[in-house]
Amino acid sequence: MKRITATKATTIIKNVRKTSNISAMYHDFGGSSTHLLDDALTSTTNFTVPYGIDPVESLKEFTNPKSDVKIHFDHGTTTLAFKFQHGVIVAVDSRATAGPSIESQTVKKVIEINPYLLGTMAGGAADCAYWERVLARQCRIYELRNKERISVAAASKLLANIVYNYKGMGLSMGTMICGWDKRGPGLYYVDSDGERMSNNIYSVGSGSVYAYGVLDSGYRYDLSVEEAIDLGRRSIYHATHRDAYSGGVVNLYHMKESGWEFISQTDVFDLHYQYKAEKEKK
Amino acid sequence: MMDPMLNEESSYAPKQTYFSPYAMNGGTCLAIAGEDFVVVGSDTRLSQGFSIFTRDLPKTYKLTTSTVLGACGFHGDVLTLTKVLNARLKMFEHEHHKKMTTSEIAAMLSTMLYHRRFFPYYVYNLIAGLDEEGKGVVYSFDPVGSYGSDGYRARGSAAAMLQPLLDNQIGLKNQQNVQRVSLSKEKVVNLVKDVFISAAERDIYTGDAVVVHVITKDGTTTERFPLRRD
Repeated sequence: MKRITATKATTIIKNVRKTSNISAMYHDFGGSSTHLLDDALTSTTNFTVPYGIDPVESLKEFTNPKSDVKIHFDHGTTTLAFKFQHGVIVAVDSRATAGPSIESQTVKKVIEINPYLLGTMAGGAADCAYWERVLARQCRIYELRNKERISVAAASKLLANIVYNYKGMGLSMGTMICGWDKRGPGLYYVDSDGERMSNNIYSVGSGSVYAYGVLDSGYRYDLSVEEAIDLGRRSIYHATHRDAYSGGVVNLYHMKESGWEFISQTDVFDLHYQYKAEKEKK
Repeated sequence: MMDPMLNEESSYAPKQTYFSPYAMNGGTCLAIAGEDFVVVGSDTRLSQGFSIFTRDLPKTYKLTTSTVLGACGFHGDVLTLTKVLNARLKMFEHEHHKKMTTSEIAAMLSTMLYHRRFFPYYVYNLIAGLDEEGKGVVYSFDPVGSYGSDGYRARGSAAAMLQPLLDNQIGLKNQQNVQRVSLSKEKVVNLVKDVFISAAERDIYTGDAVVVHVITKDGTTTERFPLRRD
């Protein structure tokens, strides 16, 4: 029979206490682990940071083309949103790239936080998806505690403050929080550098430069709903046409007083020939 | 033999070497979802650099009777990930008295991977199985947990060769005037075999043998057949 030393016994007891507390740990979505030797199971519920290594520097190794090990994360994109007299239009593409490879043409870049709040995804796909899911949880907790819906300003501030804790650690997230609250339509831009701003028009992503051109030239506050939808779709199409990292389909949402409504999903391939025909008709 | 056109190691400047916590062990896996079945295949070669460690290591892992995990990349991380996944599955069963469904496993794997955002698992994952309605579904992941469901997906060293072929044959992309007809199990299994044979021809890390699982509501059948061993 193996004899257990005193130090080993205390480690076993500590580990048992750790694992028996697992349901408490599941509720901890943030905070990095400070244990030197984290066992693999607890590292699934806390953020594990390699000891003594700057995570941004070590992750840089993976994008170095000379390295044997290439970890590519899925990146976005072109996304846009604008406020107008009838609410907010949100339009996104659907391509995810990992380095030079197109990983998917069917990514959902609009995250439905709740029936009256939408978040968009640009930058690192996993970062956006994870933190916006955390935001959805926090918004629900707010609703339960305060018996009223959270405002767009508060929701965006929650997200901005969460990611600010990880500033400098290499998160890549550029998102727009859109919603309708007591103050009317709301649109905030939040990113992983800690920026949080509100305005009428935003476009985020590698293709945003192209989308801004089309968006700015066609935008008026008093657009009709159909004109606004067409403008959003057209802007994303033009971005996908010129930006290699954007493509797939255009997903379009309309944020109204009664909540968001999914409008359409159109393949940019079809849009290309549709706009071409329109040009030739003129 | 080194290609003279590639400018590797032609300078004798001092090179700093350091310990890398990762290695690339090669291998390819793929999954295709059908109406009421899923087919998951992987090769069985484990290699590093120019050496083959073993010819008998499938990259698929059965999680439940209706879900299979395909994982390639760094084998050390694959082992730990599967160990922890199985532990979490057991814990779920103990707490909730039922098995995890495919979509639940996929969501859990996503958060597990994301918690290692600053020291990632170097694993490219595929979760394939039957959903609650019995339809086939395939989820593919990036190393930090971004995931989505596709009808078919290839992952691993030969993924870039296989994915376009699957896009054309299963997704019917870039084909004009084709009728979308639902694929039978036998057709899909034959396609998987052909696809791995092609991958073994041109990818040095893929070969030796293929293991193919077919998951239906009646259970999982496993087939194994040889590939090029060179």
